Amino acid sequence: MTIEDIQNEIIDEFSMFDDWEERYQYMIDLGKDLPLIDDQYKTESNIIKGCQSKVWVHAEMKGDKITFTADSDAIITKGIIAILIRAFSDQHPKDIIDANTDFIDKIGLKEHLSPTRANGLVSMVKQLKMYAIAYQTQLN
Amino acid sequence: MFNVQDIRKDFPILSRKVNGKPLVYFDNAATSQTPQQVIDVIVDYYTNYNANIHRGVHTLSQEATDLYEQARQKVQTHFNAKFSHEIILTSGTTHSINLVANGFSSLLKKGDEIIVSALEHHSNIVPWQMLCERTGAVLKVIPMNEDGELVMNDFNNLLSKNTKLVFVNHISNALGTINPIAYIIEKAHQVGAAVLIDGAQACPHIKPDVQALDVDFYVASAHKMCGPTGVGMLYGKEAWLNKLPPYQGGGEMIAEVTFEKTTYAGLPHKFEAGTPNIAGGVAFGAAIDYINNIGFDTIAAYENDLLDYATEKLLAIEGLKIYGTSKNKTSVISFNLENIHPYDIGTILDKLGIAVRTGHHCAQPIMDFYRIPGTVRASFSFYNTKEEIDALVEGVKKAKMMLS
Ligand SMILES: Cc1ncc(COP(=O)(O)O)c(C=O)c1O
Repeated sequence: MTIEDIQNEIIDEFSMFDDWEERYQYMIDLGKDLPLIDDQYKTESNIIKGCQSKVWVHAEMKGDKITFTADSDAIITKGIIAILIRAFSDQHPKDIIDANTDFIDKIGLKEHLSPTRANGLVSMVKQLKMYAIAYQTQLN
Repeated sequence: MFNVQDIRKDFPILSRKVNGKPLVYFDNAATSQTPQQVIDVIVDYYTNYNANIHRGVHTLSQEATDLYEQARQKVQTHFNAKFSHEIILTSGTTHSINLVANGFSSLLKKGDEIIVSALEHHSNIVPWQMLCERTGAVLKVIPMNEDGELVMNDFNNLLSKNTKLVFVNHISNALGTINPIAYIIEKAHQVGAAVLIDGAQACPHIKPDVQALDVDFYVASAHKMCGPTGVGMLYGKEAWLNKLPPYQGGGEMIAEVTFEKTTYAGLPHKFEAGTPNIAGGVAFGAAIDYINNIGFDTIAAYENDLLDYATEKLLAIEGLKIYGTSKNKTSVISFNLENIHPYDIGTILDKLGIAVRTGHHCAQPIMDFYRIPGTVRASFSFYNTKEEIDALVEGVKKAKMMLS
């Protein structure tokens, strides 16, 4: 599936929820369920320093696609990470570079990707794209 | 008679909604809300008086200067400084601290010692670290105990004839502990050290008397005292302010300038280079009037009642732990719930319209002491109510249910 297909799928899933509580509960459950990153990659150098919650990201090239794994010590942050990873992981670098994150807005979680939010997610999205750019350069 | 519902009518922001819910504002330790009386003064200033001060012959400039100088006198009276020129109007606590730290650059030498406390706001530790780097002085730290109190025995042991400056906050922003500053000042003076007290967190709750305290420097921010942001004060004893060199060069702070030599203006202008935040200064004066009209005894009694009520209600939630358990504390509750990240609790509370602070509160050393990443901090003001505390308690319970 393309990134856009996945994003539309996520938007569909979230459209079932009536209020913030259901959306957040779903996200919290996603955050709880997913073992997102191998412990060996939860290193200091993989930390994205948001002010409050820590975010770790690891990227690997598998064939011509990038696999991302990530984690956070805050569960709501982790839930959104799970959503972002689902959209961006196992994709071609170029598609990741071109993708946008508007779907986060459409599922009613826009505030978490606001640049003023001190949760590290904005830097994480930047980091995902940086990895994609780096791997894209290698491919060329 | 203090009636909180009447008081709340003074604060227009308290009737707004956040995420569809009535705002419950419990981030008062970060910044306080502004009453209409203070907002009106800002509007009135720009509507009727706006001009540059201290330099014009024209009427507006003189009226604006009068307003600004009246505000300085209000600050002087409030803190009971001996002279109004001992009050320097600054952009806030941070600016005031840097002004003093910079001034001490020329007074310290290698081997001198500066004592700070483990309870400091870390942005306030930085100016002292920079001062130590510049001068070769050494920074010493008064440790804290489990209750979040400074250990006075250790403080006494740190004091020596090398101690030149002691810097302590009057009240800790992360935990609300009221520090024994009168004792600290007395002991520091016995070894000949100067004392700078950071009153940023104290001034919303306590009216300090700088002469009774015999403190050398005292600093505060207007925005935590129902005043505007970007304004604050430095009190310094006249003799100390005369001893310190100017901080910034510019207009207002000079008496005479030739290319060979500049003579500096006298106090307080020596430390007030450039056009200040005039409207802000005037509004600071109005804020001081506003809180004094309510009265600090009334404020303290009411806020202590809120603190006791909130402490009891929150502790009834299983797994909730409060950090900062000194008997001497103001209406600040820093807490964690089981292993839930403070950020998650703060996010759920925000959805419920409840504003709290989460994180390390710029006091990383305190968080390291307790081995936690941060806390949720709810800080109460005289315009908060028990019903709002009930909303907080319900919110925390809901967060617990959703997150665990
Ligand atoms: C104890 C303490 N000192 C200093 C400051 C900094 O104040 P300002 O940002 O107004 O300079 C704060 C603000 O949070 C504080 O709580």
